[in-house]
Order: sequence, then structure tokens, then C-alpha cells
Amino acid sequence: MPEQKVVDPDYLLLEAPRERKFITGAQSMAEAVKRANVDMAIAYPITPQSEVMHLVGDLWAQGYLKDYYRAEEEYGAFSAIAGAARGGVRVFTATSGPGLLRGLEAIASWPGHRIPAVLGVLTRVVNAPLSIQPDNIEISYLLNCGAVVLHAENQQDVFDFTLAAFVIAEQVDVYVPVAVATEGFFVTHAKGYVNLTPEDMKLPPRNPYKAPVPPTDNEIPPARIQRDAPVQKSNFMSYLIHAVWQQEVWASTTRAMKYIYKYLGGPIEVINPDAEVFVVASGCAAAQAREAVRYSQMEGLNVGLVKVKAIRPFPEKEIREVLKNAKGIVIPEHNIVGWLAREVKAAIPNNDRVVGGPRVYGGMTLPTELIMDEIYKILGVKKDRKVLV
Amino acid sequence: MKVVPGPEGYMPKVAALEGVSLPSSPNKGLLYGEEVDEEIAMREAAKALLTKQNPTIFPGPKILWGWSPTAFEEAEAILELAKEIPNCRIIPMPDYRPKYPKIDPEAEINPNHPNLTILHNKIEACIFVGVHCHYANLSLRMIRAGTNCFTIAICGELGHEDAMVTLRDAHGEKIRKFKDILVQVRNELGIQWEPKLPPPNPSLPKENWETISFHDYGEYVFLLMPKKGEIVTDTE
Repeated sequence: MPEQKVVDPDYLLLEAPRERKFITGAQSMAEAVKRANVDMAIAYPITPQSEVMHLVGDLWAQGYLKDYYRAEEEYGAFSAIAGAARGGVRVFTATSGPGLLRGLEAIASWPGHRIPAVLGVLTRVVNAPLSIQPDNIEISYLLNCGAVVLHAENQQDVFDFTLAAFVIAEQVDVYVPVAVATEGFFVTHAKGYVNLTPEDMKLPPRNPYKAPVPPTDNEIPPARIQRDAPVQKSNFMSYLIHAVWQQEVWASTTRAMKYIYKYLGGPIEVINPDAEVFVVASGCAAAQAREAVRYSQMEGLNVGLVKVKAIRPFPEKEIREVLKNAKGIVIPEHNIVGWLAREVKAAIPNNDRVVGGPRVYGGMTLPTELIMDEIYKILGVKKDRKVLV
Repeated sequence: MKVVPGPEGYMPKVAALEGVSLPSSPNKGLLYGEEVDEEIAMREAAKALLTKQNPTIFPGPKILWGWSPTAFEEAEAILELAKEIPNCRIIPMPDYRPKYPKIDPEAEINPNHPNLTILHNKIEACIFVGVHCHYANLSLRMIRAGTNCFTIAICGELGHEDAMVTLRDAHGEKIRKFKDILVQVRNELGIQWEPKLPPPNPSLPKENWETISFHDYGEYVFLLMPKKGEIVTDTE
């Protein structure tokens, strides 16, 4: 393990020199953890996980993390993450598909407990019949937990989003968990070029006293013998404080937006802002959408891309502005329910412009041709389909 | 959204979700949800404290229990400010746990039911200072929902959207600056006042600092920590 020097987060994220490496998405997430001065990781990494937590285990063995353990299952892992975070340390965990759903109750309690954890979500199928193939339906379950949710398109995004996630999560006016999701297998197991910050630089350690809630430090007795827990049971609390507490969680998620602008260049990326037709996509569907936009431009069609990087807070204002003059909006997704299409439809006027699809799921890939078909339909372009055998 | 005194009603709006952003730099503040120079925000806050009924300061745990030079300085600055506000009172928010079976609203304020203290004492202008941001936000929103109190948040961090006035990065020096502006506004308004400390909290037993022991702190005794190097012999 090289000696790592602490540098300013703004320098590390925005200015530090970068070195190009050809690595998988899982390696990319672990490389971000390596530079994030993480104190502790807890996980239950079994199939259908990715390699992420195994690689983070290696980081612990090399001395980058102070502690790491494998919990008994995901509920235990994510509950322990909450305890560690309230104890003042910087924590990381990752999961996928069924594991995410098993631990979802604990994750849903993180924002209210003001847990600035970073969670990797390497998406897999969650429905029966059991599969370990990519499908991001699980993100739809995550969207109402009160966490910031970022969706990475490729290995580079995975690195940038994960490293920034630690900085965003610990801002005093945010202080809720940040989930970095990406497609299992398509991104986690495939290699891509990633510009990495120097290995010998890391974020400053977490300062648990710079927080919107008091940490559980040595002045506070352990919860077991405490008369009054940090987050109290409801019998002695009014309904109104429960209500404003929930409001505070969502206000905090909203406050993350300014940091998403600062560190990730904004919640959306737009190509060809004057386009007639837009493809709106997140995660690795954005990579296919990017290809569709390139094909369209080669064919002389006026098509643009809106890549949605932040799903929570959802960039309603930004999307409404970009799509105000769009004739049609195609939303390709890697799930059957079309959660991104729902979000976009709820955000824009005249939402019958939205084509909710193409959608692929259960591990199927997303051919660019499916997106092109929808673009042709909107623009009234007749194409002969050639079947290649 | 214009963040004004309530009562706003059954379910308060969330200023942060209605487009109000925290002050963008340390010398800015929020006045009714709009970003302004902090001096402007301070003047409006001072007017409210000088003209509304029963102005009260609610110091929170970061000041009450903060064993750091910064906390000591802030506490001193708060006392200096309190002396300059006519008929000001100090009611602490010592911790955040719900008080049961019932809070003593003259002794303390609590984020789980801040309106009990506000309404019981007919407080129409108040300052939150040294309260952790999460709990300050909960209280500020509940107070706006259920009372007509003008809320001022003096925050050591980034500020609070749900207060009528918020100052950010506010520590001893900025609190003293606020005090100076308050004195200036008081003179402009022609209010005569000789600086003096607020009355002792009527619900708490009188404290003799020469003989006080840990037992005098009652249920809060567990919060006491000896200073570095100090040997405490009188313990439970």
C-alpha cells in the first residue's frame, strides 16, 4: 500500500491529474473506495453480487480500510453500517438485486438516522425465476427511500460518482446516504477506460462533529444502556415531528443538487439541445442511447440525448427545460416497469410525447436498433428491416 | 416561497422543496427565504427582537455542552447579545429527546414539541443558536406551522431555509456583529435599555457557583465531563 496524502476534496475531484487505466466497473468502484479514506466496510457479498466487496476486502487486507467484515446477511450488514456511521466513521457497502431488497428496510431508515453512507448498487434481476443477469428494476424500490441515487453509465462514471458520493453524503446540509447504481455485468464485469486520480491521494477523514446531528461519541452511553436513544421510538413523539422529520430527509436530498452540479457537472448531460427528438436514458441504457444519437446524426436526423445522472434528487426543472420543444421523447430502459419513463412523464407537460420504451429485462441486452425504431416512428421515417441470419 | 411567520397550518411547507436555497456564501443570509447581505438580514432580525413580544434565545447543545474554545466564545457572545435585547429570556434546548410525561415549557424547549414552549411563554421572536441543523430544521418548521413566532437561526454551518432570518458560519465574532447592529437599530427606534442579563430560568433551582455539586444537575448529570487535567472527587 503506498503512503497516501490527504488532499482537499475539490482538488481531488476536480483538479488532480488523472491516469488512464483499462479496468472493470467493479474495479473502478473499488479504486474510488481506495481513494476515499474509508474507515469501514461491511457487506454480505454472495452471488449475484459483483466483485466489488471482494475487491474492497482486498483493500482492507492491504491496509486502506481500518475494518471490514462479512455480516450474517444484508439486513444485518446495512444495520451495522448505520451503527458504524453514527459512531463517526466513514462507511461503504455494496449489494445487488435480491440483497438490496432484503436490506431495504435498513436502507430506508438510513436517511432519517442521517447516515452519510455510500452504497454501491450493482443491479441484477430480483424477480422469480431467479437469475443473476442484469436488470435495474431494483432502482425503482430504492427511489423512495430518501437517499441520493446516482446512476452510472460506464466504468468512468462509476469511479467519479463513487468518489464524489463520499463528499456529497457528508455535506452538513445533505447528510443522507448516496447510492451509486450501475448495471451488473454490463458495467461491473466489462472493462472500459477510466481516468483515475493518483493512487497516493485520498480524501480527508470524516469529521463526525461537522454534522446536522450529534454523533454517538464517548460522551453518550451505548444505546443498550441509554435511557433515551438518539432516534426515539414514536410513543413520545408527536405525529408532526414524524412529518417534519420526513420532510427534512427529502429537503436534504434536494440540497444535494448543488453538489451534484459542482462535482458531477450537473444532474443531466445533454447532447444536441436543439433536437427534435430526444432519447432520455440513465445508466448503461445511456450508452446505447448515445449510440442511437450518433446513428441518427449520421442519417441526418435531429436527435439529442439527455443522460440522467441523478435519479434522486430528480432533475425535474432541468429535464422540463431541455424537453420543452421536443416532438418526441424515447426512454429506453433495462427494466419492465419503466421507472425512468414515469419520472419523466411526471416532470413534463404534454407527456403523451413520451414513448415508454424500448425496455429490456431479465438479462437481455439493449440493441441500439430498438431505440432507432422508436426514433423512426416519431419522425415518420420508413425503413426496411433487414433480418441478418 | 416567502418564509414568513405562521401559523401556516396543519402541515408546513418545506422551504427547501419550494425553491429556497441556503445562503451561497458566508457573508450572505436569508431574509424571508431570499438571499441578502447578512447586515440586511441582521437588521430585520434585530427589529423583530426589539418590537415583538417576549424575545427569547434558545441555545442548543453545541453551546450548552460544547467543551471547546469556540463554544465558550459563542456562549459569551450570546450572553452579550441577550443583555442588549430588552426583556430577553434564555430558554435552553439541552438535548433532543422527547420529554415525558410532559415538558416544563418554562424550563426548556424541545424539538419534538417546540410549540409548547413557544405558546406557553407567548414568544413572538426567537433565536435558535447552537442547535444541530437537523433538529433546528424540525423545530423551525413546526414553529412556523403552529405559531406566529418570528424565527431567527444563527447557524455555525450553512444556515436554515425555514427560518425567517438565517445567518450562516456564525460564531462568536458574527454574533457580536449582530449585537452591534441590534444596538444600532435599538437606538434608531428610540428604545431605552440598560444592558443586563436575562432573568434566571424560573423553573430551575438557584445555583450557588461556590457550592454547586454534580447532584445539582439532576437528570443532566451524565452530560457533565471533567475538564482536561481536572480531578473530580465529588461524583455519584
